[in-house]
Amino acid sequence: MLQKKIPLAIVLVFGIISAIQYFVPHPLSQEYYDTMLKWMIGVGSMAVFLALVSFLRHHYVRLKVKEHAPYSAVAILSFLFMTLVGFIGGMGPGSIFQKMFYYVQAPLQATMFSLLSYYMASASYRAFRAKSFEATLLLITAFLVMFSVTTFGNYVPGIPKTLEWIMAVPNMASKRGIAIGVSLGSIATSLKIIFGIERNWLGG
Amino acid sequence: MHISHDPWVWLAAILTLAIFSFLYKDNPFFKMAEHIFVGVATGYGFVYTWNNGIYPNLLKPLFVEHKLLFIIPFILGLMYLAVVVPKFSYFIRWPFAFLLGVGSGLSIPLAFKASLVEQIKYTILPNPHGMSIGLFINALLIFIGVITVVLYFYFSTPHEGVMKPITKTGIVFLMVGFGASFGYTVMARFSLLVGRFEFLLGKWLGLLSWLR
Amino acid sequence: MRAFFIKLANLNRTIIYLIITLGVITPLVVPLNLGQKMSPPTENLYTYIDTLPKGSHILISADYDPSTLPELQPMLEAIIKHAIIRGVIPMVMSLYPEGTGLGIQACEKAKEELGARPDTDYVVLGYKPGFSAVILGIGEDIKKVFPTNYSGVPLDSIPAMKGVKNYKDIALTVSLSGASTPLAWVTYAYTKYNEKLATGVTAVSAADFYPYLQTGQFVGALMGMKGAAEYEYQVNKLLEKNGFEKGKSVFAVRGMEANSIAHFLIMLFIIIGNLGYFLSKKRREA
Repeated sequence: MLQKKIPLAIVLVFGIISAIQYFVPHPLSQEYYDTMLKWMIGVGSMAVFLALVSFLRHHYVRLKVKEHAPYSAVAILSFLFMTLVGFIGGMGPGSIFQKMFYYVQAPLQATMFSLLSYYMASASYRAFRAKSFEATLLLITAFLVMFSVTTFGNYVPGIPKTLEWIMAVPNMASKRGIAIGVSLGSIATSLKIIFGIERNWLGG
Repeated sequence: MHISHDPWVWLAAILTLAIFSFLYKDNPFFKMAEHIFVGVATGYGFVYTWNNGIYPNLLKPLFVEHKLLFIIPFILGLMYLAVVVPKFSYFIRWPFAFLLGVGSGLSIPLAFKASLVEQIKYTILPNPHGMSIGLFINALLIFIGVITVVLYFYFSTPHEGVMKPITKTGIVFLMVGFGASFGYTVMARFSLLVGRFEFLLGKWLGLLSWLR
Repeated sequence: MRAFFIKLANLNRTIIYLIITLGVITPLVVPLNLGQKMSPPTENLYTYIDTLPKGSHILISADYDPSTLPELQPMLEAIIKHAIIRGVIPMVMSLYPEGTGLGIQACEKAKEELGARPDTDYVVLGYKPGFSAVILGIGEDIKKVFPTNYSGVPLDSIPAMKGVKNYKDIALTVSLSGASTPLAWVTYAYTKYNEKLATGVTAVSAADFYPYLQTGQFVGALMGMKGAAEYEYQVNKLLEKNGFEKGKSVFAVRGMEANSIAHFLIMLFIIIGNLGYFLSKKRREA
């Protein structure tokens, strides 16, 4: 009852009322809509505790393993330091909290993702082969787009217009076809969740 | 060349190099930097969510302004903490159920209009900016492209007989689309690398005169 | 010759990494000064902001984190500067916690370089969790979603927020994102409240947004670092014209030059890789 039936009932009731209110221009419907928006922000915010518990639990367990202990200790200490400077020192421009963001978090995250460019270069070299008609078509389009987006491409007559045509006509048609399929899928999934047909979110 | 004297810039440069060291192989410097990131990012997210979400949008209305209806989202939110007591961990399904129910319900009519009705409308309707032979051919190509790509993903009928040329045409459009995405992806990936070198060479080593 | 290409196609990855590094560094140290031309999606956004009446408000949502910073941060900075120079008030918010820090950074630059006054010429609203609820909530009453700005000042006491209640008072919303967040703005802000939208996206998802440009759901868009460079270049001209030389930035313009060399290298790698593949295939068949 508490484990499955009530959550399924919550989804069903709130799902149906929330969908119907869109078509009902009554003050009561508007009041419900306003209240739900406020509640959603509140409940959504509290989800941060779930992330915190997972983070602390994961690294606490690893503290007991000699190999991982120093790294997990650093992760926990970094978290505690950031939390303390945020709550005590404030979050305004020039605060240690913001400096930690600009000079520690931002460079670390940006550099981690920049490694991808090296892997992509290596992959282009080894794996991007014109093995079939489809692959050749993909390769030719990719070449045209790659050349057109360069700053040099701006100065070759016809190239900027060709790029715009590829993007706005054949590319657009293909992306729209995919988008229509995805929307149909997501609307169907939403309905399945509301009516309790899709229950994967309940977990084990 | 004016090397930075700012210790924060030096810290950022050392951490950047620690991450780049992964290109050689996994090593303790990389791992240390990786774990600093995880800790700092979690702390940053927590402080912001508390100061900009939990307190002003939940705790303040309930405990300071005494808007008693906020007790419901507060209790639902507290249920996330049930995850620490395995016996009652199923309670975290309640706030999820609330967010899923309201979220799905609100999004269905809007997503239907935004991603289906509008997209189909502008595939069928002639170009709103007027019509020339060129624009007509483009409109026709878009129409054929959208229909054949959608049908390509229709797997209830085998791609044989009349469906074969249709789905083949769909593949042609899909490949052009994927090629365009790949072409642009190169820019996305290298922009990140360019950003890091602009920092290392400019802000840290002071080699880029154009960077302030 | 054949053996050479086959050998070349199996080059050690360290050499590839080295070539890439040099290819990116060289144009940064020795700028090419090539300039930029606006593509139609960039031009549409630029013209839209440029022709807004003085005193209008635009909402900019920095829906990204540092993983996409080099592409999106120059867009944010250029749009904020463009708006301020034109007398349009940018309100900067974020659906991601990290976006707030980046928004503050961009606004601080405008303050320092253009003399813009916080809470008068621009407002930093900050981060708010809740995603769809936040976008929909602004359509009802922005003060209910953001009772205060990012540093706790009530919106009622902020001069720049006078007369702003919901989307009806916001001439344009721009979502800058490295993911599909702009589509959430289309679903909730455009469809329900008819809000005018524009977007700035990373190049990796640029191709996916074209269907929404043709429908007019976005009035304009900046596509990756190319879009950022085009906008930055145009804003630089405007700053120069108005005597704000100090506000000029060429981060994306120079970045795009380095990017161009990298693109040629990737094209070269693909050609060499394919030549090696076909030649070794022929050898196997022979």
